[in-house]
Amino acid sequence: MSVELGHFALILAFTLALVQAFFGLVGSYARQEHWMAAARSAVMGQFVFTLFSFGCLTDAFLRNDFSVLYVANNSNTELPVFYRFAAVWGAHEGSLLLWLLILTVWSFAVSVFNRSMTPFFTAKVLGILGLISAGFSLFIITTSNPFERLLPAALQGADLNPLLQDPALVAHPPMLYTGYVGLAVPFACAVAALLEGKLDAAWARWVRPWATVSWLFLTLGISLGSFWAYYELGWGGWWFWDPVENASFMPWLMCTALIHSLAVTEKRGLFKSWTVLLAIFGFSLSLLGTFLVRSGVLVSVHAFASDPSRGLFILAFLTICIGGALTLYGWRAQHLKSGAGFAVISRESFLLFNNVLLVVAAGLILLGTLYPLFVDALNLGKISVGPPYFSVVFLIPMLPLVLLLAIGMHAGWKQAKFNSLKRSLLIALVVAVIFAALLTLVVFKRFSLLCFIGLIAGGWVLLSSLIEPISRLRAGYSLSAGIVAMSLAHFGVGVFMLGVTTVSTYTIEKDTSLSDGQSADIAGYTFTLLNTESVSGPNYEAVQATVKVTQNGEEVTVLYPQKRIYRVRTSPMTEAGIDAHWQRDLFVALGDDLGNGVWSVRIQYKPLVRFIWLGTLIMALGGLIGVMDRRYRSKMVAKQTISQPIQVGP
Amino acid sequence: MMWKFLLPAGVFAILVGFFFVGLSRDPSQVPSPLIGKVAPTYSLPRVEDTTQKVSSSDFAGKQHMVNVWATWCVECRKEHSVLLEIAKKNVVPIVGLDWKDELTSAQIWLAQLGNPYLATAFDEKGRVAIDFGVYGAPETFLIDAEGKVRYKHIGSLTMDVWEHEFLPRIDGRIK
Repeated sequence: MSVELGHFALILAFTLALVQAFFGLVGSYARQEHWMAAARSAVMGQFVFTLFSFGCLTDAFLRNDFSVLYVANNSNTELPVFYRFAAVWGAHEGSLLLWLLILTVWSFAVSVFNRSMTPFFTAKVLGILGLISAGFSLFIITTSNPFERLLPAALQGADLNPLLQDPALVAHPPMLYTGYVGLAVPFACAVAALLEGKLDAAWARWVRPWATVSWLFLTLGISLGSFWAYYELGWGGWWFWDPVENASFMPWLMCTALIHSLAVTEKRGLFKSWTVLLAIFGFSLSLLGTFLVRSGVLVSVHAFASDPSRGLFILAFLTICIGGALTLYGWRAQHLKSGAGFAVISRESFLLFNNVLLVVAAGLILLGTLYPLFVDALNLGKISVGPPYFSVVFLIPMLPLVLLLAIGMHAGWKQAKFNSLKRSLLIALVVAVIFAALLTLVVFKRFSLLCFIGLIAGGWVLLSSLIEPISRLRAGYSLSAGIVAMSLAHFGVGVFMLGVTTVSTYTIEKDTSLSDGQSADIAGYTFTLLNTESVSGPNYEAVQATVKVTQNGEEVTVLYPQKRIYRVRTSPMTEAGIDAHWQRDLFVALGDDLGNGVWSVRIQYKPLVRFIWLGTLIMALGGLIGVMDRRYRSKMVAKQTISQPIQVGP
Repeated sequence: MMWKFLLPAGVFAILVGFFFVGLSRDPSQVPSPLIGKVAPTYSLPRVEDTTQKVSSSDFAGKQHMVNVWATWCVECRKEHSVLLEIAKKNVVPIVGLDWKDELTSAQIWLAQLGNPYLATAFDEKGRVAIDFGVYGAPETFLIDAEGKVRYKHIGSLTMDVWEHEFLPRIDGRIK
């Protein structure tokens, strides 16, 4: 019964989305206060009904109601309750419902926090969000209904995909989706600004925190996914350049560019059409990501739903949303007049470079991701583009970006004078070079030019991001949230960069086969396989190895890597044994049983690998502090003076 | 002036064209690498009587189906009645491959539910299934008289699949 109620609530939510779209857009044009108020009520109703619908599906999972097709396909009586909860978004239908739920949460937030904008503008934004929401709920109801009954009911469920039975993967989709869907708000704001033909500092100031929150969630979601891949997929890689990962990374790049461009639009009234375009691109890439993952036009290790009829629907939806927005942009963007100009060397030009480089990076990834599709569509055969392309091509825009970043964050608006900062920047650079030289020549004793440059760039950004807060504090000023946020986020980029460079150059790995008592050496560590035994979990059987790691005869740690076979889906899963330490990880993964007690084993020594996720966490923390900035919450925003570029004494 | 701003929309239109073409193709239909190749050879104990062996050479020169199943597989239970029905039609023999299973449960299964198989090989460790590239149970292969894999079906068989995918691929069928 509750399943039918959930289905019904979903249909109600769809109709309310239509109401929201109609009264929001038409009400704003007709200047009808009551109509616009109706749109706001529709937002609330839509949120409540979608939440109820989501609750009904969750309930079906918790009750093991295998008369629901989706539950029967993705759950099992042996599945632990915690994962039954997560299984709600474990496959296509449920994850779309989650997508919709998050969109209604964002819309609800927009309908509440909008005091600094005119009601006409807010109504337009809500109207556009309503259109998106209507499209998505229609998609769920017509092609991907999670409430479809299975009669007669299945006796047992087919279990949740074992890949997803992991704590990190429970949190990963909601995080990522919150980020993805959050980009709908800047998108709707951009379209509303195009419709109104007006885009001012107040607009940019209002959009900034929305973009930052989305960025924050995207950052966390992507790093969580990468962390999961690291310990779960069994070969110690942390990024695959898989189409699904790219689909989440491209919106992140766009959102990063958007945040920076919004800063310029807010402070200087420049880059208006560029900001609007980035806001459209950001959400477009989110939608495109959904399309790529869901339609099955591309194969990926992650693709768990593909069906051409769904693909066609999403494509039509995509065409209307993105095509519509871009056409509107082509028609109206010329009316968005930008303010005064700026000198070649100024914060504006640095940010413009930053934007161009980020967009180029996203473009190159998009090209690589879609290349197999182009080749196939032109009947040139089936190919796949892998890490060799992406790793090389991604570096081209990224290395200059990071180097520019070290200088750019200290440039003043309009025209930068570096005289006062030249010394600090130079000192930071010298320290970074010495550090890079020490690390490559003394610690790892193997020189690689690319790594050397990468370490210098990372170290320089890291140190340079500290210059401003330190000199401000020394001059007796307090630090504004904005400065802390910026410095932290950039510091995080530096940490991340150091981690990535070191790991990709100095990882030592060895694939070997061991039987009980045998050992293998890497990087001065001795890995000894003590024994292997069978263990069982709630819904899997596993072989667990005990591996002792010693260094110079002293025990460092004991690791317990597992090879699991989940009973229902019978797919083997690797649980790597990892000894984490800030300066290195020791990684052991079990491969195949070679018979007679011999196992193939992969052991790795990964220096500074933790810096990768530490860096992203610091970036996210920066984002969080940026959002907390009181400036964005004040009711008197419009009256606030624009903060001056900093002047620091020598 | 305006054309510059319309450029993104133009690029997007081209993209949509490619997506549309891409949709009509099935990227997951990278055919099983085994299709058209000689099927893997095996020699395993027979479930019905472990003193006997079931070997691929027993079926040399004959068309047959190889059905991968196990007692822990719920879908296989559903599929079983379909297999019985197909066996009754006497078109091609079905060879079972009992995958990573317990011998006694498998014997009870066949005794209780009926035995559609000419013989069932007991692949306790799953080695032969690996050679066949089995991804999950159930899976069914059609092997022709030359010993080549002609078709592979993933998931449980239905009469519909049997009639539309298997029957047309069977040589000299009685129909």
